[in-house]
Amino acid sequence: MKEQDISRLEQIFQEKIDNDIKIEPRDWMPDRYRQTLIRQISQHAHSEIVGMLPEGNWITRAPNLRRKAVLLAKVQDEAGHGLYLYSAAETLGADREQTIDDLHSGVAKYSSIFNYPTISWADMGAIGWLVDGAAIMNQVPLCRCSYGPYARAMVRVCKEESFHQRQGFEIMVNLMKGTPEQKAMAQDAFNRFWWPSLMMFGPSDADSKHTAQSVAWKIKRHTNDELRQMFVDATIPQAELIGLTIPDKDLKWNEERGHYDFGEINWDEFWQVVKGNGPCNKDRVDTRRKAKENGMWVREAANAYAEKRKVRKAS
Amino acid sequence: MNSLFEYVLRLGDDSLIVGHRLSEWCGHGPILEEDIAMTNLSLDFVGQATALYEYASEVEGKGRSADDLAFLRFDREYKNLILLEQPNGDFGMTMMRQFLFDAYRKPLFERLINSTDATISAIAAKSLKETKYHLKHSSEWIIRLGDGTEESHNRVQESLDTLWRYTSELFFEDDVDQELTLSGVIPSMEGIKEEWSAYVNKVLDLATLTIPTNNWEYEGGRLGMHSEHLGYILAELQYMQRAYPGMEW
Repeated sequence: MKEQDISRLEQIFQEKIDNDIKIEPRDWMPDRYRQTLIRQISQHAHSEIVGMLPEGNWITRAPNLRRKAVLLAKVQDEAGHGLYLYSAAETLGADREQTIDDLHSGVAKYSSIFNYPTISWADMGAIGWLVDGAAIMNQVPLCRCSYGPYARAMVRVCKEESFHQRQGFEIMVNLMKGTPEQKAMAQDAFNRFWWPSLMMFGPSDADSKHTAQSVAWKIKRHTNDELRQMFVDATIPQAELIGLTIPDKDLKWNEERGHYDFGEINWDEFWQVVKGNGPCNKDRVDTRRKAKENGMWVREAANAYAEKRKVRKAS
Repeated sequence: MNSLFEYVLRLGDDSLIVGHRLSEWCGHGPILEEDIAMTNLSLDFVGQATALYEYASEVEGKGRSADDLAFLRFDREYKNLILLEQPNGDFGMTMMRQFLFDAYRKPLFERLINSTDATISAIAAKSLKETKYHLKHSSEWIIRLGDGTEESHNRVQESLDTLWRYTSELFFEDDVDQELTLSGVIPSMEGIKEEWSAYVNKVLDLATLTIPTNNWEYEGGRLGMHSEHLGYILAELQYMQRAYPGMEW
């Protein structure tokens, strides 16, 4: 293609972005826009799938029938989100198998929060409330993302996430109304998940290599630090309402800014976990890889059977 | 013994235990679609168990709640089929266990709709819709795996060989059943067994699988005599209720 043709296409593309017209799979788009979206959407898909593991860990031990059913439904929703998102990535030309292999080989990332272990029932509350809460902060603006299929997938995902967030908070509310053991369990889960939840918004704006371009392309609508602040402002009153102590001695309301000030995130820990050195990184990826390996014979059988049927039908 | 309570408990325990086993697959399925399917099956079974335990609680009338029945009995008081507590094994083993069970549940629920007991009839009607889907799903996998590759054929044949011994228990009948059959609460097992055999034979035939000739039968679940596996299921299932007795969640 001639250089002037490309610049014309780029101009049309940029006009659409500027006028908030969605980019659709068949539209021309700059390669870097495509690659950025594939990276982001597949990371998001992987997060949903890996995210099934820490919560799946408590399904067999859920404390009553209702909690068991709700947790099952939630984890099933996450698998469904993963399926949507892999499909959205496929509209950009990504291959689902290759995308999954990238996760298993460590090339592709997923949300680091899932590299922390779930060691008590209260972690189901903390994850629903904080992790799904943080996810909603991130994802609601994505409903207006410039790429059509991703934006539309997010509309449905956000509805379900909002139910997840409420069920998580409800677990915490119940625990905080309970016995001293239950309150201690809730506080302990909050202590462990609070900082990793703040880390879910990614590196600070100064250190985020993708943010500026993504904002310009209207893939992202807010910076990491803006979203993190929104999350803190929304969550602190909820924690205080149910009597949880925030594990941050620097946290205080800043009248002038109209926001909470909060302490410095442990960025060393953040980067260590991103690099694969969190408590569960190896377990999570190994588990996913094993699921694929152990299922190989099943997929081969399904393909072989489909092939046989085709031949039988033809003859 | 209250026969109605006992019978509803047997049905409820079947749902709870097989639902528990299926939920162990969560996040480990051979493909994402099957992860979703097995979680969905598990959710159906937990729903059935809840409805059945709620009714059992009402029938017993001793103030034990559905959750008390699900989480606070001892191993000898669980009345599920031994088939259902068998470990998941590979995906083929899980599907075989499911297939053998679904093929029994469908004709059972079809008949329980006509129960003289209105609650049982209503639960059966709701569960039947789910069961038809479950049976279609498991039957299709048995055929695919049986008639797939040499490896899948061998694996799923081995699963059939392993699980076949537990199938006679599907049709177990004692005084509980006889009393309820007489009053029209439950159907006789005779027709159900015939329908099960015909269907299972048809699917296994399509799957090119062979029913094992060693027909040694293993029973006892309905009377609370279980395999070694149930104890571990209960250790997980009951963990929270035992460790934190009497708390609300």
